Amino acid sequence: MNKRRLKEKLIEWLFFVNGMIAVLVLVGIFILLVRNAFPGFKEVSFWEFLTTSRWNPDAYDKETYGFLAMLASTGMTTIGSLLIAVPLGVGTAAYLSDVASHRVREIAKPLIEILAGIPSVVIGFLGIVLVGPVLAKLTGTYNGLNAINGSILLAVMALPTIVSLSEDALNSVPRSYEEASLALGANKWQTVIKVKIPAAASGIIAACMLGMGRAIGETMTVLMATGNAPDFPQNLLSSVKTMTATIAIELGETAYFSTHFYMLFTVGLVLFIITFFINLISDIIFHKHMKMLK
Amino acid sequence: MPNMKPKIKIKDFNFYYGASQVLKRISMDIQPTHVTAIIGPSGCGKSTLLRCLNRMNDLIPSSRPEGKIEIDGQDINAPSIDVVDLRKRVGMVFQKPNPFPKSIFDNVAYGLRVNGIKDNRLIEKRVEASLKGSALWEEAKDRLKENALNLSGGQQQRLCVARALAIEPEVLLMDEPASALDPIATAKIEELIVELKKKYTIVIVTHNMQQAARISDSTAFLMQGDLVEYGKTSDIFTKPKQKMTEEYITGRFG
Repeated sequence: MNKRRLKEKLIEWLFFVNGMIAVLVLVGIFILLVRNAFPGFKEVSFWEFLTTSRWNPDAYDKETYGFLAMLASTGMTTIGSLLIAVPLGVGTAAYLSDVASHRVREIAKPLIEILAGIPSVVIGFLGIVLVGPVLAKLTGTYNGLNAINGSILLAVMALPTIVSLSEDALNSVPRSYEEASLALGANKWQTVIKVKIPAAASGIIAACMLGMGRAIGETMTVLMATGNAPDFPQNLLSSVKTMTATIAIELGETAYFSTHFYMLFTVGLVLFIITFFINLISDIIFHKHMKMLK
Repeated sequence: MPNMKPKIKIKDFNFYYGASQVLKRISMDIQPTHVTAIIGPSGCGKSTLLRCLNRMNDLIPSSRPEGKIEIDGQDINAPSIDVVDLRKRVGMVFQKPNPFPKSIFDNVAYGLRVNGIKDNRLIEKRVEASLKGSALWEEAKDRLKENALNLSGGQQQRLCVARALAIEPEVLLMDEPASALDPIATAKIEELIVELKKKYTIVIVTHNMQQAARISDSTAFLMQGDLVEYGKTSDIFTKPKQKMTEEYITGRFG
């Protein structure tokens, strides 16, 4: 009896430690980022970082660390990707949950989820050899490595998250709503658009925000496909260098504990905060959705 | 039973879920402007029969009807019948109140809007008329923009009746409409049903035999998919022909 109790305690403790490790790692990352981010501001003014757009750490006379250009680049590729992925993803989810036959759904859903497993470098590769040339031809630009290319690829990468979670949200809408709508002479599409999507709205928004978090944090794909010009982007056909790409390209080649090194950590910290809040908000919305449906 | 031309004619009707037969050779005529109650123990097929009348069972894969159900002489399972049109003519109120998470007004207007009515004045008129028809107008007229889920259970159910009335059906199906309600709300729904039968053909499934006795004109007793007895409510409850009916209504089983 005693031995069993001991075992129970041990297992309980083990799970507690496991759970705590995840929390500790998160806190640890945050502390590491903060500690390495702040020394940079001894040399660079915080105001300059926030309000100017020129990021030129290799300048001959005076290095500049303006952050706006890469923020705009990240914003542009992310919003562009959402403009593609949200309508496509929600539409696909509505089709899968309400219109597709059982067989189609059983085949299509796992396939879409496999899409999430394709390595980002492979998607980036497709950006260079496939999307780029097509865009170049269509828009008359030199190589098609630009913001819109990044947006398209990020949309492909955010799609599985959006489809899968939106479909779950649509499926969690009580069947009684669907029956009520059909009994009033609505057809399937009217039922999905006017009743089910509004009822599942919070779940769908949460799904889209998670997709957005994915798009903001994605590095390799945008690094390969957007051309990495450090200027402030003029339009969707501009070549852009996102926050993630900047860190990935520059951190390996910079001297440890230099101003440049610290400023890259600052960029990382901003990225961490953005994605943290996006995930937090989508989590809150999702839980509200689940509670509302009970 | 008075000799009117029946509104609904069910003839040798069978219904299957996959391989199991849940309705067996049902034949009955349902009179217009009449309340017809379907009673029977759980799992006897009474809800299934009701749902065959507006083809809600279409949603269930591998279900299959066989035989004939005619409404005004039209076979509702014929390929030429548009199920959307059928459901406009045959409204339904469900067991649990299921208003949409929208405003009271939008709930009632929903059926009109999906059927292509865009004239807002007409929609407003019909919403008011439907809410009056379901005796909810006095309670709801000042809060039409409020979310319907804020209403009490009984009010929600009357809202669902109003929603069904808005598209002006000919037949109203009710699947245990009071089973989730308290006695006062139940009494109101029963009053409403008696009022509504002046205009509509009402078919109600109920678990509650007193309810069937109080509000219906005809009663059908179903058991394990068989129609055991069908006749005037007063006859069924006072001098049933079948022994099984008598045992059920006296509470020997069920």
